[in-house]
Amino acid sequence: MARQDSVKALVERLELPFNALGVDPYGISKSHLAWSGGALAWFYRNYFRVRCHGLEHIPRRGRAMLVGNHSGGIALDGAMVLMSLLLELDPPRLGQAMAEKFLARLPLASVWTSRTGQVTGLPEHALRLLEDDRLLVVFPEGVRGTAKLYRERHSLVDFGTGFIRLALKAGAPIIPVAVTGAADAVPTVANLYRIGRLLGVPYVPVTPWLLPIPLPASITIVYGAPMVFEGTGREDDDVIHRYAEAVKAQIASLIEDARSAARSAR
Amino acid sequence: MKVLILGISGGIARQVATLLVREGHDVIGIDVRPWANAPPEVELHQVDLRKRAAEDVFRRRRPDAVIHMATVSALSGSGEERNRINLGGTQAVFEHASTYGVGQVVFAGRHTWYGAAPDAPLYHTEGEPPRALDAFPELADLVAADLFASTALWRHPEMATAILRVCYTLGAPGSGTLSSFLRGPRVPTVLGYDPLFQFMHENDVAHAIVLALRKRLRGVFNVAGPQPVPLSLIIRETGRTAVPLPHPVLSRLIGRFGFPRLPPGALGHLKYPIVVDTKAFREATGFQHRFDEVQTLGLYRDAPVGGT
Repeated sequence: MARQDSVKALVERLELPFNALGVDPYGISKSHLAWSGGALAWFYRNYFRVRCHGLEHIPRRGRAMLVGNHSGGIALDGAMVLMSLLLELDPPRLGQAMAEKFLARLPLASVWTSRTGQVTGLPEHALRLLEDDRLLVVFPEGVRGTAKLYRERHSLVDFGTGFIRLALKAGAPIIPVAVTGAADAVPTVANLYRIGRLLGVPYVPVTPWLLPIPLPASITIVYGAPMVFEGTGREDDDVIHRYAEAVKAQIASLIEDARSAARSAR
Repeated sequence: MKVLILGISGGIARQVATLLVREGHDVIGIDVRPWANAPPEVELHQVDLRKRAAEDVFRRRRPDAVIHMATVSALSGSGEERNRINLGGTQAVFEHASTYGVGQVVFAGRHTWYGAAPDAPLYHTEGEPPRALDAFPELADLVAADLFASTALWRHPEMATAILRVCYTLGAPGSGTLSSFLRGPRVPTVLGYDPLFQFMHENDVAHAIVLALRKRLRGVFNVAGPQPVPLSLIIRETGRTAVPLPHPVLSRLIGRFGFPRLPPGALGHLKYPIVVDTKAFREATGFQHRFDEVQTLGLYRDAPVGGT
């Protein structure tokens, strides 16, 4: 179970180079972290009652790339992975996810993603964060992952290979992670792409109760053992593709572990 | 060394001149503006850089090095005149420098060269192209001046040319884009946005320019000091009040009701960050800033007459 420490105290324990104003060189702000973390911690502990396995695989310090699956309309799974790192690790760590590009254009979203360290998903950002020994969180499925319909929730869409090249270039281990339950919280039956475009987002997910308001479904997170690949990131596409497929297969197998862990917890 | 400073009457240029005099260099300055209390060691020529009289200074005084700080931003010059100063002036500098055997030129440019775009990397490196120029056409002449200056690297290989892209500056009393923007008690921001701003103390900028000269730097370099800070904190820490307004409302209010006068394109700079990576400059010169972000903001806040 997640520790009951106050989020503010956990934020104080983050090993990040905050200045006297409580801001780090990426614009991450202690007060924004405490505020948003406080709200999400309630969801993590009481609403989704997140169960987390395999935390021992995450390095306590130094660079690493967490690579996970998406489902459930909105990126609830991503938010819960980030919360597990803050609430369950000792010392707590801040996961920095690669945010979708549209978020930087949206008012308020642009501020909150930036102040909580969720920088725009650009290769330059990923590399810089890893070289700064940060904990990078990547969902290679992107919006195609969150757009999965309920019946597709345990499947994985195309992964792309960029994340492998970046991990190799930065010499970072890849920690595979599987999240289940996000699609039970937000079971998408359809996606409205045209309305989404009008709102400046990729799509609007529709649930049986129309709005993507999450149900209190229980969410399970399983971290797998680190995967370290040999190379410089300049290898041919077929080599990189093979590595990406290995990570994808590992996550698929962790999804099954998460499902059986969730079943036995019921 | 005989150093000619162009635009010597500007706030930072004066500090550069004073530092160089203190180091024992002969300092000559050109500016159309006067410098009333200039140190007696500084030889001033109150002439237009694009006129014959300026070329005469090059020809007669034969400087070893030139520091070009005679460019203006969209805030202080408008339209054609700004174009003439930034482009015509920069062209004249390199022509004269080449004709009269100047060994070294330092061009003081701006980090806004990179432009503010939502999909750009947070930390800009020197190898990147300028972005979002279409949204802020008033920056075009400064971008062109910087690119023109960098052609000297291959057109005049005998000359050591350094192009510095310097972040915003703050000082007491302070001059420049950010100082002007923060001048009033109420500072407009775009509702829903809070970009990171990178600034350094004027004194540190002057030191960085002198270092570039001393190290005979060649190439393009970003120059900044402390880490960036969100605009809202800058406003708070300088004792001002932020007035967040929706973009369409703000674009109609700028220049009125006591709000600073800004070109419409500048609003993009209030939404998205422009932050530069300074690794190359620090490695080449060993530069370390002396004023951190908190000190710099405090000094600006406590400056007499509110930083004017």
